[in-house]
Amino acid sequence: MAGSYDRALTVFSPDGHLFQVDYALEAVRKGSCAVGVRGADVVVLGVEKKSVLKLQDDRTVKKICMLDEHVCLAFAGLSADARVLVNKARIECQSHRLTVEDAVSIEYITRYIAGVQQKYTQSGGVRPFGISTLIMGFDSDKVPKLYQTDPSGVYSAWKANSIGRSSKTVREFLEKNYKEDMSKQETIKLAIKSLLEVVQTGAKNIEIAIMGSDSIIQRLELSEIETVVAEIEAENEKEKEKTKPASTQ
Amino acid sequence: MDTLFGITGKDFAITAYDSKAVASITLMKIGEDKSRELNPHTLMLFSGEPGDGVHFSEYIERNIKLYGIRHGIEMSPRAVASFARRELADSLRSRKPYSVNLLIAGFDVKTNTPSIFWLDHLASLADVPFAAHGYGAYYCLSLLDRYHRPDITEEEGIKLLQKCVGELRSRMIINMPDFVAKVVNKDGIRIVKL
Repeated sequence: MAGSYDRALTVFSPDGHLFQVDYALEAVRKGSCAVGVRGADVVVLGVEKKSVLKLQDDRTVKKICMLDEHVCLAFAGLSADARVLVNKARIECQSHRLTVEDAVSIEYITRYIAGVQQKYTQSGGVRPFGISTLIMGFDSDKVPKLYQTDPSGVYSAWKANSIGRSSKTVREFLEKNYKEDMSKQETIKLAIKSLLEVVQTGAKNIEIAIMGSDSIIQRLELSEIETVVAEIEAENEKEKEKTKPASTQ
Repeated sequence: MDTLFGITGKDFAITAYDSKAVASITLMKIGEDKSRELNPHTLMLFSGEPGDGVHFSEYIERNIKLYGIRHGIEMSPRAVASFARRELADSLRSRKPYSVNLLIAGFDVKTNTPSIFWLDHLASLADVPFAAHGYGAYYCLSLLDRYHRPDITEEEGIKLLQKCVGELRSRMIINMPDFVAKVVNKDGIRIVKL
């Protein structure tokens, strides 16, 4: 990492800002949207898949990554930075299992990732990672967990959150529509509904991953997402019908 | 001394190990697990220096797991064996080499073939139809030479291993406790009663 580079690139401004970190957050804001929602016994991660370029094999573009069997991560921002950070986290998950013979807790790995992100804001010759992450999973206590990290190295637990493009809009939508103890179906629907605020083109640009208390990651097929989108659109139509003024005679 | 042995059959590999843990002249424990599941279709048995065995096999287990998570696909048994051999070779010329002998049994899901790999603490690697480690090898290998066939079925394989255990019980000076046998096939790894 540092080697013979001793000059820090991330330094304070006169008014107490770390501009490099702020600029990194800008990079995150340009990335495609990712959303995470916690239900009663399930956690759902959803990401906006950028339009598939015709000649590109979209199986190789993964935005939801598995860190260990019971932890999943979605990110917004620079994909290459995410690749490096995810690799470090994967090694840490196995290293933890080797030394303490126990799987990582979701909070532990979040704290580790946030720690790495912070280290890169206080080291010579490096710049901060340009990604925010949403980390989800279940610990041995079978309680669903959702955490968020950002380029400054701050992390916190959330009931529902969004990062990336239009995250403010999506977060406000989540605040309005979040209910405690949602069932699996309700949680999936809320995640897809909130993503549809941003993704205009529908199901083919949405990727969803779910984890239940059995800690098995389940990715939804396109057809399953389309079913939920159709359901949401039907509900929206009904809402529009109800609020339509009575037809004139 | 620990006895490990294993055979391949038509579409499975079956391994067995004696479950005793010995310290000098004392039987410390019966029911010791001398195996580690490296991935859903690869099993590794280890013997030799007790601490080294666990340390080395857990290290290999974690690295194979990391490969699976990084690439979304499990490592083939041959690749696993090569990796383990490489680690043994690197350790051999270090200050204190690992003193472990391994038997890696796997089922390659791409080619649908079972395999058994024999590795020793000098980093030898052999892809063999059947193999054994320990003093018990002297008794088992001749039996396996005589009765093993490449297309042996699972029931016949278990009977063959029972023959081996019987031989060890009658001819080895050490008392043999129950052997633990594990089968590796396309459905994964499971314990069988010998």
